[in-house]
Amino acid sequence: MKKGRFGIYGGQYIPETLMNAVGELEQAYDFYKNDADFQKELDTLLCNYAGRPSLLYYAAKMTNDLGGAQIYLKREDLNHTGSHKINNVLGQVLLAKRMGKTRVIAETGAGQHGVATATAAALMDMECEIFMGEEDTKRQALNVFRMQLLGAKVHPVTSGTKTLKDAVNETMREWTTRMDDTLYVFGSVMGPHPFPTIVKNFQKVIGEEIKEQLSQEKGRLPDAIIACVGGGSNSIGSFYQFIDNPGVQLIGCEAAGKGIDTPQNAATIATGKIGVFHGMKSYFCQNQYGQIAPVYSISAGLDYPGIGPEHAQLFTTGRVQYYPITDDEAVDAFAYLSRMEGIIPAIESAHAIAYARKLAPTMNKEQIIVITLSGRGDKDVAAIARYMGVNINE
Amino acid sequence: MSNITQAFAGHKAFIAFITGGDPDIETTEQLILAMAESGTDLIEIGIPFSDPIAEGVVIQEASARALQNGCTTDKLFEMVSRVRQKTSVPLLFMTYLNPIIGYGKEKFLSRCSDCGINGIIVPDLPFEEKDELADICKITGIDLISMITPTSTERIAMIAPEATGFIYCVSSLGVTGIRSNISTDIGKMIEQVRQISNIPCAIGFGISTPEQAGEMAKLADGIIIGSAIVKIVAKYGKNSIEPVSQYIRSIKQGVTGAGNAIR
Repeated sequence: MKKGRFGIYGGQYIPETLMNAVGELEQAYDFYKNDADFQKELDTLLCNYAGRPSLLYYAAKMTNDLGGAQIYLKREDLNHTGSHKINNVLGQVLLAKRMGKTRVIAETGAGQHGVATATAAALMDMECEIFMGEEDTKRQALNVFRMQLLGAKVHPVTSGTKTLKDAVNETMREWTTRMDDTLYVFGSVMGPHPFPTIVKNFQKVIGEEIKEQLSQEKGRLPDAIIACVGGGSNSIGSFYQFIDNPGVQLIGCEAAGKGIDTPQNAATIATGKIGVFHGMKSYFCQNQYGQIAPVYSISAGLDYPGIGPEHAQLFTTGRVQYYPITDDEAVDAFAYLSRMEGIIPAIESAHAIAYARKLAPTMNKEQIIVITLSGRGDKDVAAIARYMGVNINE
Repeated sequence: MSNITQAFAGHKAFIAFITGGDPDIETTEQLILAMAESGTDLIEIGIPFSDPIAEGVVIQEASARALQNGCTTDKLFEMVSRVRQKTSVPLLFMTYLNPIIGYGKEKFLSRCSDCGINGIIVPDLPFEEKDELADICKITGIDLISMITPTSTERIAMIAPEATGFIYCVSSLGVTGIRSNISTDIGKMIEQVRQISNIPCAIGFGISTPEQAGEMAKLADGIIIGSAIVKIVAKYGKNSIEPVSQYIRSIKQGVTGAGNAIR
């Protein structure tokens, strides 16, 4: 058991061909994370380009309506490109550039990471190719066009279940063919070491800001932080600053699809078991023979059969609780936040809103819940209309 | 010396790969026996995995077909037990780590040993993680095959001394599949191994013609062919025994033409 472990989870379970490439990345990252110029350039981009810090918004109407804890929304949806993904890609693409790479490749589920990567690549003059499950290119057609506008080449992936996991497979395969000029920009806290650590470090700004903003406004820590979990980058980013504050309850919301008692879910912690896939040891939805399960969620961004290795460890130690949220609950929450606060959340983030609606009424009015609104919902509007049976003549 | 290493003694070895359970278990069983008879020195049986990240399209599709047709790890174990009574050709399983963990690492390897499997190849288990299986392999007498690739460079000095059975030398970057041209300096890779170890080296990835097989065999102790065989199975299905046997014989000629073993 060597590098990049979170308890027993993590590691580097990848073909030999990629081992020197991840080693090179680790070395470069270890250098640049302490490099003042690099950090300064990244901070400037986050501030002047991505729009950080993102707002911590007190949702007064929602608080009143639920009648319990005070609700704050961490507005990652207001970032440039509409989600938290930009935090990570600005860091990774800048790192790629410093490493002398000229091309970045990435997987995408909902398209948010693909759009963010294409954006950073456009900004920093890098060639960009995005792999996206064919199923997802249909669910998120607008994001495909967005990536193309930004100059990226989008490859629909037709193998396997044609969703996020297959997009990761294909991006890893592509990377093994070309590493000298190319960096794989992972979209979440997953994959082989050092990706889970690098992505976490680029996303932990979310929690750092929550801590600072809430302490300025209320002079205290929150009682609970809720975030959705697919691979788990916005949630790790939100939680990390609070792991050593035991008074802060940390809650991850997984996609239960049509229910965890049906095969159509993507709730890895609730229904998966320990395994090794996509370069890491963690929890995965799989059958008795270790075949990866064809998972399902209305949310393309959470439709993934695994979870980042640090989450597996946080689950094992009990520091974070994970709850499954069904499609129905998420769609309800999507509509709820739209009407209640005039904010249309990403369907991924709506999973976190859904759990907050259950939790807040059980808490008292002095207590505080922060919900990370990881992205905005524009991309989901057509799919939600379809789900609700509304014809919008797309 | 393990059965696998023995298979390289005195001549250049030809290692053939097929995906287990494609198109069905019965055909796989017949194919293994036919390939052994037609001149393969070792046979690699792929346990299909849902997400084979090191494979090109040909083996990806074969894996999907096998799983679709109900192939499981248990059925392959049963098949290998039957085959083992009819042939002494060294047999290897090629699969990913998750099917092994899902089955139970100890249970998997002791069943391998019981049914007559001699080695395993796990492409998503690099040197740094081989502790997952190395000890159990040792106890059960199964060779855990190490891979080196054109990007391994200085890693070869770490990998080669601990390798067992043979070293799988990956000819090219990328995934498995047929290539018209193999341009990597494989001779140099093998030279690096030679400086450290006497373990046999077999070249795989991209080889499909008798000429390529011959050229590659000159550089190493053996060659590995997968996708080209799997492609014939894809085309002929249950009727692939004869065309695969023919193909095996043609490759065997190419390999034999490369002369005797270096050792």
